[in-house]
Amino acid sequence: MTSAIHAALRNALRTGVILFVFAVVGTAMLAFTHDRTEPIITRGQLAEKRALLGQVLPATLYDNDLLASQQSVPPDDLLGTRQPSALWLARRGGEFSGVVLEAVAPDGYSGDIALLIGIDADGTVTGVRVTAHRETPGLGDYIDRAKSAWIDQFAGKSHTHPAPKHWKVVKDGGAFDARAGATITPRAVVKAVRSALDYFAQHRAAFAAPPPAEKAQPVKEKRS
Amino acid sequence: MMTMDEFRSLFHNGIIKQNTGLVQLLGLCPLLAISNNVINALSLGLATTMVMAASSGAVSGVRHFVPNEIRIPVFVLIIAALVTVIDLAMNAFVHPLYLVLGIFIPLITTNCIVLARADAFAAKNRPLHSVVDAVAMGLGLTLVLIVLGAIRELAGQGTLLSGIDLVFGEASKAFVLHVLPDYRGFLLAILPPGAFIALGLLIAANNWYKARAERRVHAAAPMPA
Repeated sequence: MTSAIHAALRNALRTGVILFVFAVVGTAMLAFTHDRTEPIITRGQLAEKRALLGQVLPATLYDNDLLASQQSVPPDDLLGTRQPSALWLARRGGEFSGVVLEAVAPDGYSGDIALLIGIDADGTVTGVRVTAHRETPGLGDYIDRAKSAWIDQFAGKSHTHPAPKHWKVVKDGGAFDARAGATITPRAVVKAVRSALDYFAQHRAAFAAPPPAEKAQPVKEKRS
Repeated sequence: MMTMDEFRSLFHNGIIKQNTGLVQLLGLCPLLAISNNVINALSLGLATTMVMAASSGAVSGVRHFVPNEIRIPVFVLIIAALVTVIDLAMNAFVHPLYLVLGIFIPLITTNCIVLARADAFAAKNRPLHSVVDAVAMGLGLTLVLIVLGAIRELAGQGTLLSGIDLVFGEASKAFVLHVLPDYRGFLLAILPPGAFIALGLLIAANNWYKARAERRVHAAAPMPA
């Protein structure tokens, strides 16, 4: 009897140790890969961000180092952010000429849609790009510029063009196209761009204020 | 080493006799979700094949050290670790490819074919055989995905190979076939129900074909006296 229990215990211990060894080896593999790939992945993300900023704000609009102008702003309902987000201030000849905002559309079909929105000094959208989303592949993912040109329709739009009540998708009586079968996604994006314009209107004076020399230090790059 | 016959039978098994999509009906979640056009289907199929080959090889390599009672947790651990490693490595080293296949890699973890082949085949066979089996199973799945993707893309959008430029570069855009010009689209085919209906039709066709082949064999055999 005791020897049977003893054998069972020994067997349990043996399998436990084996499972533990596999877990350790697996964790070590992951840690090693993470360690080796993290700097490369971070560098790639930064390069992408730089290219992305260029896509939402035309290079002709500014002559300052846009990446270095990054500031951190506290979470704001109008930006849809729950964590501090970044913005980049564009200047030409020292004059405020535009801003790139990080915003979030929190009501996408599968959660947050992260956006980068370029707005010029007049409050006109210069470009919008989706930087991260989990929308259904092949259905809601056409908001991604790599999949379709849908997102381009925001360029040139402003608070008054179209009129505020037309800041909706066509299906809801607004001015923005959306593909049938996937209206939740574009609805969320349209709403987010519109509230980003509200945010811009509220903060325009602060953006346009000339930066005190010591305040212009770049905020540490945020990993996203 | 493996003989030509073994090689052939593994492929016959993976692509026809035990096709994961049509016969085993395994891993339907990604199969139904991603088969809305040919390029998505091909991408998911290839990503799954790659992960299966790697995980079957790894499982087969350690099969003598894994007690039967804990084989499933160990296999899940191996597969999850491998998928994550592949995901990170692709992101870092082949970023353009990652941008295309990246969203499919996490989906593969929901795919039970990978675990099924690890448990049913790789746990009992040598690494080389296991890898070949995984590749054959993966290719069988890829074929079904492509056919399903073609049916749904054609019915849903009237095109074939749309989005090919995302995989093979801007130059390949010319390969997109607008089979039905000015087609207004058929949303049902793109949505999940379209996947179920198309897959049902494919399974029915496959069963009908097999039944007919069997009847022929019976008819050709001499009647017992």
